[in-house]
Amino acid sequence: MATIVDSSNPKSNLPVQYRELNYLNCSKGWKSWFFTLDHKRIGVMYLIGVTASFFFGGIFAVLLRTELLSPTKLLMGPDTYNQMFTLHGAIMTFLVIIPGVPAAIGNVILPVMLGAKDVAFPRMNLCSFYLWMFGAAFFVAAIVLGGLDTGWTFYTPYSITSNTSVITALLGVFILGFSSIFTGLNFIVTIHTMRPPGMTWFKMPLFLWALYATALIQVLATPVLGITGLLLVVERAFHIGIFDPALGGDPVLFQHFFWFYSHPAVYVMILPAMGVISEVIAVHSRKHIFGYRFIAYSSIAIAIFGFLVWGHHMFVSGQSKVVAVIFSAITFSVSIPSAIKVFNWLTTMYKGSIRFTTAMCYGLSFIFIFSIGGLTGLFLATLATDVHLHDTYFVVAHFHYVMMGSSLVGLFAAVHHWWPKISGKLFSEFWGRIACLGVFTGFNLTFFPQFILGTRGMPRRYYTYLPEFQNLHIMSTMGAYLLGISSALMAATLIYSVYRGKKAPANPWGGASLEWQCSSPPPHNNFDHPPHAGDPYVMESVVYDEEVEGFVPVECHEKKTGATTASGDNEV
Amino acid sequence: MKLFIPNLLANDEAGFWFPPQGSTVAEGVDSVYFFILYVCTFFFVLIVGLMVLFMIKYRHRPGVEAEKTVTHNLTLELSWSVIPTILTIIMFWVGFTSYLDMRTPPDSSYEIDVVAKKWSWAFKYPNGWIESELHIPKGENVTLTMASDDVLHSLWIPAFRTKMDVVPGRYTQEWFNATKAGTYPLMCAEYCGQKHSEMITKVVVHETRGDFDKWLKIAADIHKNKTPVEAGEYFYKTRGCIQCHSLDGVKKNGPSFKGLFGKERQFTDGTSAVADANYIRNSILEPQSKIVVGFRPIMPTFKGQLTDQDITAIIAFIKSQK
Repeated sequence: MATIVDSSNPKSNLPVQYRELNYLNCSKGWKSWFFTLDHKRIGVMYLIGVTASFFFGGIFAVLLRTELLSPTKLLMGPDTYNQMFTLHGAIMTFLVIIPGVPAAIGNVILPVMLGAKDVAFPRMNLCSFYLWMFGAAFFVAAIVLGGLDTGWTFYTPYSITSNTSVITALLGVFILGFSSIFTGLNFIVTIHTMRPPGMTWFKMPLFLWALYATALIQVLATPVLGITGLLLVVERAFHIGIFDPALGGDPVLFQHFFWFYSHPAVYVMILPAMGVISEVIAVHSRKHIFGYRFIAYSSIAIAIFGFLVWGHHMFVSGQSKVVAVIFSAITFSVSIPSAIKVFNWLTTMYKGSIRFTTAMCYGLSFIFIFSIGGLTGLFLATLATDVHLHDTYFVVAHFHYVMMGSSLVGLFAAVHHWWPKISGKLFSEFWGRIACLGVFTGFNLTFFPQFILGTRGMPRRYYTYLPEFQNLHIMSTMGAYLLGISSALMAATLIYSVYRGKKAPANPWGGASLEWQCSSPPPHNNFDHPPHAGDPYVMESVVYDEEVEGFVPVECHEKKTGATTASGDNEV
Repeated sequence: MKLFIPNLLANDEAGFWFPPQGSTVAEGVDSVYFFILYVCTFFFVLIVGLMVLFMIKYRHRPGVEAEKTVTHNLTLELSWSVIPTILTIIMFWVGFTSYLDMRTPPDSSYEIDVVAKKWSWAFKYPNGWIESELHIPKGENVTLTMASDDVLHSLWIPAFRTKMDVVPGRYTQEWFNATKAGTYPLMCAEYCGQKHSEMITKVVVHETRGDFDKWLKIAADIHKNKTPVEAGEYFYKTRGCIQCHSLDGVKKNGPSFKGLFGKERQFTDGTSAVADANYIRNSILEPQSKIVVGFRPIMPTFKGQLTDQDITAIIAFIKSQK
């Protein structure tokens, strides 16, 4: 337990949080960042990149919603609108949600949680970040060189005939795919080979299980997207006739290829967020997670089932009825492990001591929003109802509840939960909670009316619409404004804390997993020796210490105060 | 569930969730929807209810630590895995049986061919008449055999609760049996480019087969009961010309028809010609052969879809646009 001391430091007998050198200030200058092999710095650079992308994706969203205030033209014509919703979708998917939790938060936290010095392949890790930057640059180029108006799904034959920058954007997606695969490979090898003494598979924090399951999907599914993208580039450039019916190709084949990646990719987005929530709910309820093994297994089950259900995106595409029926049946299988997780989180809260920190508020928002997102998936898995709802605002609402409401709120929870660890500063809990309330309210106000729009007959990707839908669209747009303002407030609160925030203790929330045992922010090498890992959810192993204004291991506390509190020994 | 919220609903017969039911399968779809809705509402209230209860009851109080409880319970965990599994199997089954009704075209059916293109619909009736609106008789099985000229489209009639993609390179089918006379929106649900959201038309359900036949007969007789200019205007509006060719001089995807007739046209291949009757006829049948400078070669051909008499009428209409 937290026996890491810095022998070169005269204060070395003090707990680690009093050490002064950390990964942020141990070396200086732009080179020390751009050529760093430190997983934490790479994670921080990812976080900055993801945030910048989120800003652009969010601006597009606000402009789109503004245009939809009225069925007539307000800001832009149909061409601009079509390009904008495409870029909103592509940026949010490929540049924000997919790398959000795994690449940004995962990179910072995964090795520290494992008690390791770094990931298994630090150079590959840096390479994956530069591939991400390179891929993002292609997206920027696509915007500058005439936009992209195919929708983020690139459905053929429209994407073959569209005279926008389809090839540039697809090359961007191809490169981003490599970034995703490298991160996945790195995490798999790291988790397999670098677990510390005492950390068996079933003593691994659930966030790591989630990242492991995610990494499997990234490694196995992403190549299919890369190949599909390349085939489409070849089709556009040389007119070979793979997807273009005019040349004997099959547009439905593209949909099969596309969704074979993109459905599992949905789990790349949601699984890490679920892992975050498992940590957040347990730590801030000060309770051992309930049903650890079921949660761990359900992550793997989701990763496996995720590969078998892509056809449910194509119930009305003209694929055979038999195939549609089979895919419908298998699709329901994904809902069960998701339901298991929700029930486990609830039971974890039972008899806990729940602190409504900002991270916990996001965690609770996640349970609310994910329940709606998950349950509305049932309407879309069911054949008869999906035929009516497919390609409507119901689908838009459903996937925003899952992808934005759940994955992004999961990311927000992660950022707030680990912010003291990442930045070494405490942010204002008051403003954090206000922002969280705004995000939650704004989000539901934006997307709940869209379920009703969808069932009533509003198709998605419409620039203009029947006048009877206007009231619901206005509600939705008002929600989007609130959501935008609240996100900005969240960012402001966090950025403010970097400059004016109070110094964070090593363990502000009372977590028992290894990342809370090193100082905040961690030193360059995280731990001098691999710490011995016990059960990561025995919250009784740490107690609150007034002096450090954070939690310290029970034995340190006893040594210092001489008090004999009830021992929550987690040694095995 | 008929929750009426004033000002939110344009149609009195619409429910809170759905537009009015207009076909034989609509009721089945709606009942599957409400079954799932009730199950989901139950679970949602359960989850959020418990969450709020725990939030209040177990909130942190100074000096009170979390109580140690069991960390797993196999019976509990198996029960909340098995019960949802059974419920989802039921959901699959009811959805599956309703889907079979929806997707099995009956043996005897009134057949209408559909061609979708950017950004209009062409419904071809058995007597050869093509119309941009779908007219059908009430209480009769109607099967649409659909093809696309360019990209993916999807034919959706919300009141009928049916939808099917229209895929270039293959035929897809959709059938329904309308239960109520009236007019309903019909739209494209698969993103198809610039004017995707304007690819909206209507379904007119006639009270009896007699009414429908009478309508079809009159409509099909266009050259008899309309002057050539009127007939030309009809084709202009129904065959998609209106999407790209304005009448007021505004440059859209194609040149405006205002003052077009008899004017000298410059082509991208360097040649030029006077826009006379032969030029217009050629442009309709072979749109890619001469592209006017400043426009993209995107117009589809109308060969085989318009008779010479139809084209004569269109020429008369263009000629009348001074």
